[in-house]
Amino acid sequence: MSHTTLATVLFLLFVIGTLAITFWASRQNKTAADYYAGGRAFSAAQNGLAIGGDYMSAASFLGIAGLIALYGYDGFLYSIGFLVAWLVALLLVAELMRNSGKYTMADVLAFRMSPRPVRTAAGVSTIVVSIFYLLAQMVGAGALVGLLLGITSDSGKALTIVGVGILMIVYVVVGGMKGTTWVQIVKAVLLMGGATLVTLLVLGKYGFNVSGLLGEAAAQSGKGAAFLEPNLRYATEAQGIWGKFDLISLGLALVLGTAGLPHILIRFYTVPTAKDARKSVLWGIGIIGTFYLLTLVLGFGAAAMVGSEAIRAENAAGNTAAPQLALAIGEAIFGDVGGTILLAIIAAVAFATILAVVAGLTLASSSSFAHDLYAHVFKRGNVTEKQEILVARVSAFVIGAVAIGLGILAQAQNVAFLVALAFAIAASGNLPAILYSLFWKRFNTAGAVASIYGGLVSALVLVIFSPVVSGRPTSLIKDMDFHWFPMENPGLFSIPIGFLCGYIATRMSKEYNESKYAEMEVRSLTGVGAEKASTH
Amino acid sequence: MTTEQHDSSVYEQIRATDRFQELRRRYRSWAFPMTVAFLVWYLLYVVLSAFARDFMAIKVLGNINVALIFGLLQFVSTFYISWAYSRHSAAKLDPLADELRGEIEKADR
Repeated sequence: MSHTTLATVLFLLFVIGTLAITFWASRQNKTAADYYAGGRAFSAAQNGLAIGGDYMSAASFLGIAGLIALYGYDGFLYSIGFLVAWLVALLLVAELMRNSGKYTMADVLAFRMSPRPVRTAAGVSTIVVSIFYLLAQMVGAGALVGLLLGITSDSGKALTIVGVGILMIVYVVVGGMKGTTWVQIVKAVLLMGGATLVTLLVLGKYGFNVSGLLGEAAAQSGKGAAFLEPNLRYATEAQGIWGKFDLISLGLALVLGTAGLPHILIRFYTVPTAKDARKSVLWGIGIIGTFYLLTLVLGFGAAAMVGSEAIRAENAAGNTAAPQLALAIGEAIFGDVGGTILLAIIAAVAFATILAVVAGLTLASSSSFAHDLYAHVFKRGNVTEKQEILVARVSAFVIGAVAIGLGILAQAQNVAFLVALAFAIAASGNLPAILYSLFWKRFNTAGAVASIYGGLVSALVLVIFSPVVSGRPTSLIKDMDFHWFPMENPGLFSIPIGFLCGYIATRMSKEYNESKYAEMEVRSLTGVGAEKASTH
Repeated sequence: MTTEQHDSSVYEQIRATDRFQELRRRYRSWAFPMTVAFLVWYLLYVVLSAFARDFMAIKVLGNINVALIFGLLQFVSTFYISWAYSRHSAAKLDPLADELRGEIEKADR
């Protein structure tokens, strides 16, 4: 049996299993709280795994391993930023958000503001961030399928992306939050299992001598000791001073982005209390941190055993390094058959990873569309739960279709890099408004609207006029050059702009609601009046 | 929009009590400085990666250099702060928050 057949069989098993769970979950979906928040009945450990499942995307698994394999140490920076970011979520956001919100990020932002403008802004920003993130996952799916199924034609890749898109729509539309959460849990277990297996095999081959593995990776890379030091990808000599600022910009976006990601924030609503939200973040940090330590071995292992030339030949951005490593280590230890099996396992796990994250993102953005924009903005709250959920399901279809279309367009970028842009947009558009809402008494409607649009628009504009979009061989648009912004990541400018817009607009408007702030503060810290878990 | 409507003035009264102010102080006086601390510690790492390559390249043990150790220390500090926060919440925040919530909900009925 070839690895393509085996991988396809394993992946189909995952699909059948998760679809069964999804349909089972759909029979328990009765209320809006079930659909949006899984009835708030998941345990902290379950939600912790699901947090891991939602967060460890194609960017973490394929992207970071690929960056480390091609550029050495610089890829590790992503792991660190992605992990440290969880402290912002743990210390400042998770519990307070669980206590004062209901279904979406906008619930918290609109709590003490004039609801329509704030919900509109938060809904728009939720959808923009999620679509950027979705785009990255779709690119990962396209890269994988080339390796996995031997499909290299553009139409073949496009067809795979369509397939992934249809599956994720089914998960979300049928299973809602409950089904999606179980998909995340299954995926997290599979991903941790697969990554641990390959890591142990690689370490075993080098006699558990990390220094030896690093030395081999450096030697194979052709770059010597520089491979183990920063600045092969970022802040290189050639990039000059802007390269250094670009690295800092990336670092800021990573650490401040997580607590502004809508699909992560709605995870806090799936547990019964704020205490459980805290515990689930602790579980999440444990799982995610362990996983990033594994990716370090995967990346340097791929550099040592596969070599950057072979990786580049398969996928120029490095997105296939982890599955290629699985093949190499399997062959080295168990022979050809072993290599085939291991590649099939890892490829199927990677597919499962993408599918689950994509489902989480679709759920977050369609929920926000239905709950924030449709129910509260268009209909001013005059809708039944049934209508609202119908709209959520329909918008999951639409967002799925948009993601499929965009995913087919952007194949040449590294997945981790694309996700970093989504983080920058989340950190600029969402985080300032969230922090101000939770902690600044004087914050008001004008400030919330200004900080969301200010951060969002400045991040988007800077990306559009950056070398990511035009002016370089690796740009999205190759034939034109209209870039004037010198950095790839906009965070260094757009995040302060988001905070500043919020501050200035707040100061310029006299409006603010003292008693609603008192209510929010009391509720967020004590849990009075927090949404309860459903009991069925 | 909220399921349990309180008079807003009730919340203002609770907010003004000493015990609520104590809860607020215990939360903020731990979480805010710690946030500043881990952000500074992390940004130090990022800035050194950008500007101090020679320092980061110093080999400590075999092929393991300062950059790698610095990176791994970020993992250690993240795990440690998470653990410390859960200890702090369980000991200092949860009992007081539970007590206040119990009283407010009781007064409500």
